[in-house]
Amino acid sequence: MALARIDLPDEARRGELVEVRIVIQHPMETGFRRAPQGERVPRNAIHSLVCRYRGIEVFRATLSTGIAANPFLRFFLRATQSGDLDFWWLDDDEVQGSAKARLNVT
Amino acid sequence: MKRREFIGSLTALAVSPHISTTDPLVYSFTKGRAVQAGRIKLEIPPLAENGHSVAMTVTVDSPMTPSEHVRAVHLIAEKNPVRDMAVFYLGAHCPRAEVSSRIRLNGSQQVVAIAELSDGSFWSDAAYVEVREAACTDGG
Repeated sequence: MALARIDLPDEARRGELVEVRIVIQHPMETGFRRAPQGERVPRNAIHSLVCRYRGIEVFRATLSTGIAANPFLRFFLRATQSGDLDFWWLDDDEVQGSAKARLNVT
Repeated sequence: MKRREFIGSLTALAVSPHISTTDPLVYSFTKGRAVQAGRIKLEIPPLAENGHSVAMTVTVDSPMTPSEHVRAVHLIAEKNPVRDMAVFYLGAHCPRAEVSSRIRLNGSQQVVAIAELSDGSFWSDAAYVEVREAACTDGG
């Protein structure tokens, strides 16, 4: 269910500033919305997200229902060596999600 | 204390014009420390067709070095049912203190961003957004 798309440049030079963009497919249900039958849709939002680059935490966020559905995040990191960018997140239903992208540093 | 000294001490507190420091949500992370205006810039378009998804960018003026960096950026909505929208933790590994996202807004309101720097100081900025159609509470 948890699908995500990570947008990274194809390659980066060492020491370069890299823009990271991620969109995660998630309803970020507020808990205030009602289903067509009238019952409340329970709250379910991604509340924690961590991004690690080569195992080092570079970005972390605590989100709430104040973030739009299919949360989008954009931030920067410094390219040091080729390696994986690991995203990990957790929602109110205790469902974990993860996504990975490789950054090639030349 | 003389009156002139007392008034002088009040201005020295450098109270943020954007949000009250005694607000329980603000107090939960500032622990009563002063929040000053400046060094952080919150960019949100002033008019939003609907509140379901509004683009937001927050930038902090910081060199982002191990000795001087942004620890966290707190995003607070004035009129949302959940006022604590997001906290972005940056740290020394983040080379540029700039984060973008898309937020939900329950009607026209002021959004406040507070940056917590590594030296323990807090800086704030606010943006007023006119929202034509609110998110969250529609149909509920």
